[in-house]
Amino acid sequence: MTRTAFERQLLEVQEDMLVMAGMVEAAIERGIEALKTRNVNLAHQIIEDDLKINRKRYETEDKCLELIATQQPLASDLRTIVSVLHITVDLERMGDHAEGIAKIALMLADEPPLKPYIDIPRMAQIATDMLMGSIEAFKDRDPARARAICDQDDEVDALYEQVYRELLTFMINDPRTIQRATYLIWTAHNLERIADRVTNICERVVYLVEGRIEELNVSKY
Amino acid sequence: METAPVVLRLDRVGVTYGDRPAVEDVTLDIYKNRITALIGPSGCGKSSLLRCLNRMNDLIHSARVTGSVYLDGVDINGDAVDPVQVRRHVGMVFQKPNPFPMSVRENVAFGPKRQGTSGRGRLNEIVEKALRSAALWDEVADKMDQPGTALSGGQQQRLCIARVLAVRPEIILMDEPCSALDPVATLKIEDLMRELARDYTIVIVTHNMQQAARVSDYTAFMLASEHGVNGRLIEYGATNEIFTNPRDKRTEDYITGRFG
Repeated sequence: MTRTAFERQLLEVQEDMLVMAGMVEAAIERGIEALKTRNVNLAHQIIEDDLKINRKRYETEDKCLELIATQQPLASDLRTIVSVLHITVDLERMGDHAEGIAKIALMLADEPPLKPYIDIPRMAQIATDMLMGSIEAFKDRDPARARAICDQDDEVDALYEQVYRELLTFMINDPRTIQRATYLIWTAHNLERIADRVTNICERVVYLVEGRIEELNVSKY
Repeated sequence: METAPVVLRLDRVGVTYGDRPAVEDVTLDIYKNRITALIGPSGCGKSSLLRCLNRMNDLIHSARVTGSVYLDGVDINGDAVDPVQVRRHVGMVFQKPNPFPMSVRENVAFGPKRQGTSGRGRLNEIVEKALRSAALWDEVADKMDQPGTALSGGQQQRLCIARVLAVRPEIILMDEPCSALDPVATLKIEDLMRELARDYTIVIVTHNMQQAARVSDYTAFMLASEHGVNGRLIEYGATNEIFTNPRDKRTEDYITGRFG
């Protein structure tokens, strides 16, 4: 016996989650782009698109709850649904962080540039790589990969520290940079939070496959 | 880690009907004051196994039981053991409520009377206590002299539970006790089981996996190798583990409805 309809619905919530991850990845990349290019229109677009990410989260949550209520999923099916519920919450929050970056891009658009952006785009690159890697680990049911991705969080933390120190130096040397530097620290903080939430996704992958919850990387921040 | 003592120890238990093996090589421990559920597809031998726990298979002419079932350390299949005494310690509730064709009071008093309890006052006391424990007293206190068969299905099943409780067993076996009941009556019996587990050890056979998940502390999954022969224990463990993270692929497939 198979449960064709149930399996289709179970696949559907996982696909929704993958789509959502793609939306979040795009939001982060475009947020950094808007910051670098001072593109106000793009920043507004990201803020608007965040509503779509939020909507997707609630849609997926509704579908998951319906499956729990009507299909009584158990064992790996239950773990899949619980994981999707958790991961979509993390994705939605990551979307909010990306939106935060877009808002900073708006605030900095009319200000003279403080310095060329090097470390912040690197942080964003690592964070999005981690994000998409964690989602692939989910698709492939690969806990080893999930664990490996968590280790990358330390790189993001190290970059965050570097950015923070550098901007602090700017502020000490020239108090007129305080506002801009603070905005950039916020940006880096948003990226640090995003990477940290990826480790939550990785923990869910381990739970999904191995059935136990394990804290994989205690972030420095 | 389980701290409750083991009350029933099954050691390589097998059941054969004629030349057809129904249960093979089941070894497991049943813990005191815990609810243990036996689950598995039809014909996996779970009811046959349940009947080994109070020698009910003795009543089936072609059945032959091998291995040992230790009740508080004594093998109940031993030659010197009286099956009637075993059943006094290990009571049973069946799939369909089967009240005797007598009054509510007489149904519950039947066992104690057979055991030699006499005196109207003493018997009434036992009957009331058993009916209260079975969560039925409030509904039948004014119907004690009406026939047991006049009660609703759910009430009849609780009457049968009261009848078992009246002889003060250690262990209660339940063979799909809710399969003939509606959802409300089913939930009442399940609530009652949780209450009873304070004082008794319960072993339940159920087809309803959600019921096993809801009421039991331990779950044993059984599976027949082919066409209802050679029912074996596939996996036994804490219910939350079995239902969220089973170790065996066959358990996973069964409880997620991929076969069975």
